[in-house]
Amino acid sequence: MSTETTTLTKQDALFEYLVRLADDRLILGHRLSEWCGHGPILEEDIALANISLDYIGHAASLYEYAVEVEDKGRHRDNLVYFRNDVEYKNLKITELPKGDFGFTIARQFLFAGFSYFLYKQLSDVEDEQFAGMAQKHLKEVKYHLRHSREWVLRLGDGTDESHERIQNSFNDIWTYVGELFHQDEIEELLQGEKLAADSENFKSDWKELVVDTLEEATLEVPDFDQFMVEGSRDGLHTEHLGHLLAEMQHLRRSYPDADWE
Amino acid sequence: MRYPSRSRLSTHDPNLKENMSEKNDTESKDTQWPLWEVFTQPRDGKPHEHAGSLHAPDAEMALENARDVYARRKEAVNIWVVPSDQIVASKGEDAGPFFDPADDKPYRHPQFYSVPRASKRRS
Repeated sequence: MSTETTTLTKQDALFEYLVRLADDRLILGHRLSEWCGHGPILEEDIALANISLDYIGHAASLYEYAVEVEDKGRHRDNLVYFRNDVEYKNLKITELPKGDFGFTIARQFLFAGFSYFLYKQLSDVEDEQFAGMAQKHLKEVKYHLRHSREWVLRLGDGTDESHERIQNSFNDIWTYVGELFHQDEIEELLQGEKLAADSENFKSDWKELVVDTLEEATLEVPDFDQFMVEGSRDGLHTEHLGHLLAEMQHLRRSYPDADWE
Repeated sequence: MRYPSRSRLSTHDPNLKENMSEKNDTESKDTQWPLWEVFTQPRDGKPHEHAGSLHAPDAEMALENARDVYARRKEAVNIWVVPSDQIVASKGEDAGPFFDPADDKPYRHPQFYSVPRASKRRS
């Protein structure tokens, strides 16, 4: 978006911000959908599919609003199916392969916890449509947090194997959590207009939630000061995103004029 | 609480450990979690109705699973979950003494009695 040194307008920034939020949720929703038919038990299979659809639904509303803000007559599907990996701005934590159930739960918990605090702030932005969307999605996010938190407690304080697996999952994913709190000129401009959340304000709350939960689950909390990857918001991704997009975009790109009717 | 939580029911329920561990094999070949019966209340003031059953390691997870399996299409405003083995049911052989005697006692229904016309009009 910002290869040229033109002045960043409020409209550009809001579009970019909405797309970032939407990309996170679309990619995570897609990853989660890979569990469909492969859940550890029937009930959990249904739960994961529900949550996956919630995320994709959140992404759909955010893209819808983004193209409205952009005001170029673009359809939201265009953003989903016709951008390449470098144009996607999702955080790398969302695109990592689903791993085992423990890894999926560790990621869901860390991301849902972050989303919970984020959406609480977004519910108060000075934009009726955006705030309304956040208030609506927050209800679902609360459930995502409850669901994943309860699983962290059970896997952590479960059998030796479940404990070891989820501990390894938290250790492996840790290098990707720093980016959750990445902010740049997009957020700064919008914060001045009361149109974006400021993750600095809830970083300590999020940490407390994570530490409390992991400790209750008898897990060790990895080091928050370790090396953290960055660059997702500039389109830098792991090799996993390309494969995900190939699968997700293949049909639409092969038949660009295809219609459900 | 700043983040959503709940009153702890049985987070570290021993059932979970038992049912997830392989040692349990000697007692039962069933690797499933315990069975729960789900009752959903369609609207405020309506009675809870049996919706179905599901497997879950403990009460909280049973509630969450019930929400996902039986209440994701706006079917309920409240859910009960009950361990299936806590439900006491009458047996097939009870049917004779329990229910058959009612066959010839229609007078136990209010409809059996004719209502005097005068009181009908008043109501």
